[in-house]
Amino acid sequence: MTDVNSNPETGQEPSRRDFIYIAAIGATAVGGVFAIWPFIDQMNPAADTLAEATTELNIGQMDDGMEMTVMFRSRPHFVRKRAQSEIESARSVDVSSLPDRLARNANLDAGAPATDENRSALTAALDDGVSVDDGVRAAMLVTSANCTHLGCVPTEGAGDYGAWFCPCHGSHYDFAGRIRRGPAPENLPIPPMTFISATTLRLG
Amino acid sequence: MSGPSTYEPKSGFTRWLDTRLPIARLGWDSFVDFPTPRNLNYWYTFGGILTVCLMVQIVTGIVLAMHYVPHIDYAFDSVERIDRDVNFGWLLRNIHANGASMFFLAVYLHMFRGLYYGSYKAPRELLWILGVVIYLLMMAAAFLGYVLPWGQMSYWGAMVITNLFGALPLIGGPVTEWLWGGFSIGNATLNRFFSLHYLIPFIIAGVVGLHVWALHVPGNNNPTGLNVKTKNDTLPFHPYYTAKDGFAIVLFLLLFAFFVFYWPDALGHADNYIEANPLVTPAHIVPEWYLLPFYAILRAVPDKLGGVILMFGAIAVLFVLPWLDTSKVRSLRYRPLARWFFFFFVIACLGLGWAGQALPDNKVPVLGAIGMDFLLLGRLLTIYYFAYFLVILPVLGFIEKPTARPASIEDSVLGTGKKTDTGGTASSPPAAAPAE
Repeated sequence: MTDVNSNPETGQEPSRRDFIYIAAIGATAVGGVFAIWPFIDQMNPAADTLAEATTELNIGQMDDGMEMTVMFRSRPHFVRKRAQSEIESARSVDVSSLPDRLARNANLDAGAPATDENRSALTAALDDGVSVDDGVRAAMLVTSANCTHLGCVPTEGAGDYGAWFCPCHGSHYDFAGRIRRGPAPENLPIPPMTFISATTLRLG
Repeated sequence: MSGPSTYEPKSGFTRWLDTRLPIARLGWDSFVDFPTPRNLNYWYTFGGILTVCLMVQIVTGIVLAMHYVPHIDYAFDSVERIDRDVNFGWLLRNIHANGASMFFLAVYLHMFRGLYYGSYKAPRELLWILGVVIYLLMMAAAFLGYVLPWGQMSYWGAMVITNLFGALPLIGGPVTEWLWGGFSIGNATLNRFFSLHYLIPFIIAGVVGLHVWALHVPGNNNPTGLNVKTKNDTLPFHPYYTAKDGFAIVLFLLLFAFFVFYWPDALGHADNYIEANPLVTPAHIVPEWYLLPFYAILRAVPDKLGGVILMFGAIAVLFVLPWLDTSKVRSLRYRPLARWFFFFFVIACLGLGWAGQALPDNKVPVLGAIGMDFLLLGRLLTIYYFAYFLVILPVLGFIEKPTARPASIEDSVLGTGKKTDTGGTASSPPAAAPAE
């Protein structure tokens, strides 16, 4: 069959029919990619999951050295009112010697150093008219309770630094929730915090 | 599936069918008159055993899905209900749960068989690669299935494995949330895991079809590694190998039944009878036994991303194995050096499993006296695992002197005693012509 659009001498010139083939295949490929996207995106968190949640904590009853684990945005978090000795042990460390030197604190800039002050509730916002004792703010530590290695919940009061030890693959954290030894790459992240009264801390 | 067909339809109906849908011809040529090397030993029965395993998992899985509820509030209770209240539910669940272990036991023996007799070498590279694809799909199906009972090991195993993807640079976080469908493992995760767990066995069945097809083009390898040269080298698949496979399947089912009826929880973990609790990680989490070697490799690296890369690399290396082994001789029967390295490789795999189930800081029995803990053991064996594929097999092909091989498959069985000369070097291979 003779293609009336091809060059009669060579038969090789791109013809208008070739152009239609290329255009049709191209449109199908692009359309195919668009059609696949809903099937991929449906697996991302749904709107109700994304709806931002907050958790309010009553810390007025906490004694020094007391810890509780709370759920915030479907993940466990450590809430610890640290004893004076624990704060001192965390403050005695030189930040430059840490495996992860960043504070990983949602209340601070991404580049803030991982000093104990930058990890504690001293960085929490204060609602208008609320005043909280500096000693309480310095003692309070709120961090994610999922090890930054593979997500296990570290055990309290264990490991080389006496604070948290992850039983799954052996990561040791100190009393500021900073990774000190083991496979975990980062310090335990700190969620956004606001004191809405002298004894109530809101996460999120 | 290849070569001239010997099928002759005998009745009017089969003649009518043969000109429209030659399915009887396909079955005859593939599983009745298929020419099979006459010297296959019992290591060659695991293909048939694995087919049985896949069918058992699919049938028990379909009926279990009639009673299971994929919701975080009901999943654990629905599995307990299957065990206690559903008619024969205890039996079906024990078959399905132990069936996964039996499946992996058979696939590991099948794979070691292929490694020993050089079944991955030309012209069977694609056959081997399709097998590794099936193995990967099996691991995915087993992992997803282990999450469904929603016990503590289910939950924390899923947490660890999904977090592996968080090690990827830049896209790690979004990919992990995409897998979870939330900010952590939750109901969305359980739902999709159930959906995919139901899907994957059918994909496996499809790839098994390709695997059998790729087997039937070059035909079976055999313990001598020699090519089939004459009709005297082969026997028809039926009745010789249907009977041999059938006997092996019966023996295998005896072992299977022993676990199902007398020791159903031996291969599981007691912590999985505690309902999932996002606040408490069990003191010692381990995967199922068949994934322990990879867990040991993951832990052998002190870096998160490095450990993940090495763990996936342990499987990726299998895909390129046909091009890493430089020896022209297939079967390790005639490779005196490679055989020893292979036996150490088997021991290394078992040792990695041993290291995978232990706490990394615990001392190894006996060797602990010289300061060997399980972390160090895992590291040494990880090095050997990769060295076997990346250094030993490539180098041995050049320096090893193979021993004398029989003149033919027929000769190796009927023993006329003729031998080929040793060839002097590995560069005088058995004829590389296709099997037929």
